[in-house]
Amino acid sequence: MRQFQGRVVVPGECRAEALVSHGGFNTLASYQMALMFGDKAVKCGDQNNPDLYKKSMIGKALCLPQTIGSTTGGMVLFTVCSYNKQPACMLFSKPIDSLAASGAILADVWTDAKMPVVDNLGEEFLAFVKDGMEISVGENGLVTVE
Amino acid sequence: MILTPEQQALLDGKEGEIMAKIVKTLVMYGEAFGAKRMVPVTSKYGHTVISFGLEVMKPVYDLYDKLIEAGLPEGQKFTADPKPLDPKVPSSLLDDLVFKKIMYTQQKRYEEQVRKLGITSDEDYTCACYLDQVGNVPRKGDVLSWAESSAVVYANSVLGARCNRNSGMLELMGSIAGFVPEFGLLTDEGRKATWIIEVKCEKKPEAQLLGSAIGMKVMEEVPYVKGLSKWLGQELNDEAKAYLKDFGAATASNGAVGLYHIEHLTPEAKEQGESLIAEGAQVYVIDDAELQRVKDSYPVIWKKPDAKPELCFVGCPHMSLQQLKDWAAAVREGLEKNGRKKVAVPTVFTAPVPVIKEFEQTMDAYYLKQSGVVLSYICPLMYMNNPLCKKKAVITSSNKLRTYTSARYYTEAEILNIITGGAK
Repeated sequence: MRQFQGRVVVPGECRAEALVSHGGFNTLASYQMALMFGDKAVKCGDQNNPDLYKKSMIGKALCLPQTIGSTTGGMVLFTVCSYNKQPACMLFSKPIDSLAASGAILADVWTDAKMPVVDNLGEEFLAFVKDGMEISVGENGLVTVE
Repeated sequence: MILTPEQQALLDGKEGEIMAKIVKTLVMYGEAFGAKRMVPVTSKYGHTVISFGLEVMKPVYDLYDKLIEAGLPEGQKFTADPKPLDPKVPSSLLDDLVFKKIMYTQQKRYEEQVRKLGITSDEDYTCACYLDQVGNVPRKGDVLSWAESSAVVYANSVLGARCNRNSGMLELMGSIAGFVPEFGLLTDEGRKATWIIEVKCEKKPEAQLLGSAIGMKVMEEVPYVKGLSKWLGQELNDEAKAYLKDFGAATASNGAVGLYHIEHLTPEAKEQGESLIAEGAQVYVIDDAELQRVKDSYPVIWKKPDAKPELCFVGCPHMSLQQLKDWAAAVREGLEKNGRKKVAVPTVFTAPVPVIKEFEQTMDAYYLKQSGVVLSYICPLMYMNNPLCKKKAVITSSNKLRTYTSARYYTEAEILNIITGGAK
């Protein structure tokens, strides 16, 4: 077990299984097909992301460095949360980027979805965490990986 | 974050629940990036990246209905990204079925919403809103609430305005509230270059290839580019601006660049020179071999990599008037050279409606039409944003289109050769 202290962007607590992207997470490319075809498992559609491609993202603790891609990214994340198809939480090793922050905040303010977001967890966090590990997120941004 | 009494009152609900939520959104956004205060949006117009009425994005339009129903104080008017549909662009019956019955079922609803929210004109759907014919041209130092990566990087770099890389929806909220959190590219510190790019090419580098190389290297950081003066000169004329438009779009899409400085050319670089470079900036040297390496690294994701091109898009971001004229002349010359009257590949040139209207007054437009090239206001990226296009062999000179779709990238000279029938 290891613990990592991050910074709270959107407060909340959760416990979920880790899903790890070592490269930038392209929000539009990842969610586009799942949204379009009503995929209940919300499988990642980004062919350029070998870590996540075709893996179910719903309800997972999504561990990532930052998001990349189109400035529609924030509204895509908001939409995902509106449909209640969001990850359990988003855990960033780096400082959060403006598009991911926008999406997470839009979701927090304008939808009923609960998706805690913590950033600045450090490169060690992303090096340590593996798919399937159990993750719990505390209100104070403390992330426990087991 | 410290709010003014007026901003605090809005947050507390003085103008109703919806306005309070808008301000809360902006406050949380600012706090995520350490903003200490809000600053007024000073540009005349906003710009929104959302131009599409996608079925799957219904929650966005439901939220926009709430904004309209709340009867908020009128925010600034705005331009919007290009529309996803244009009947002039070649499409099959199946394409039309997918576009109209499955994907863009909310298009009419959304266009009606933006009329109510304040689009400047039904003709102002373009990613290149800063072109003179469209007229959304911020002044140096203006604070913007825009989204659309290519427009933001152009406004910051070429016009010297100040805007962060905002997400869709957030930009509209900033326009409505009339203020945005001050952080990142809105601050002097955030506009310092943390990369020095030394261009050591023997010939003028292709704008979209150079932008791609820099974007992939520096990601979201600010580059200070040296060595372009011998090709671009030291004045921001139409040719230089068109080059920087395409260059910037590639830096923003292949990486996440929101601002670049070009030595001796862009406004802040002209005024402040190398004092814009932050201490400890990294260096990236680009020569012809490096550009070739970058080009060769692009994956070809067509089902059949040697397929004959079925469609060509030029104009992502939308073309300027001079670019349209230059391309029209080049196509005419290429067809004559190759003994053809029509282009060999169905080809679409894209530009803003006001630019197309002005271009259509010229003889170039007549010759271009004769060659079979379609002139459209469409967004090629949105057009290709569907599963059917993955099966099509689409070619483009746009590195942005390459990044987000299955379109295959070629340099402008290569594209010209292919569409005029010179390539075997």
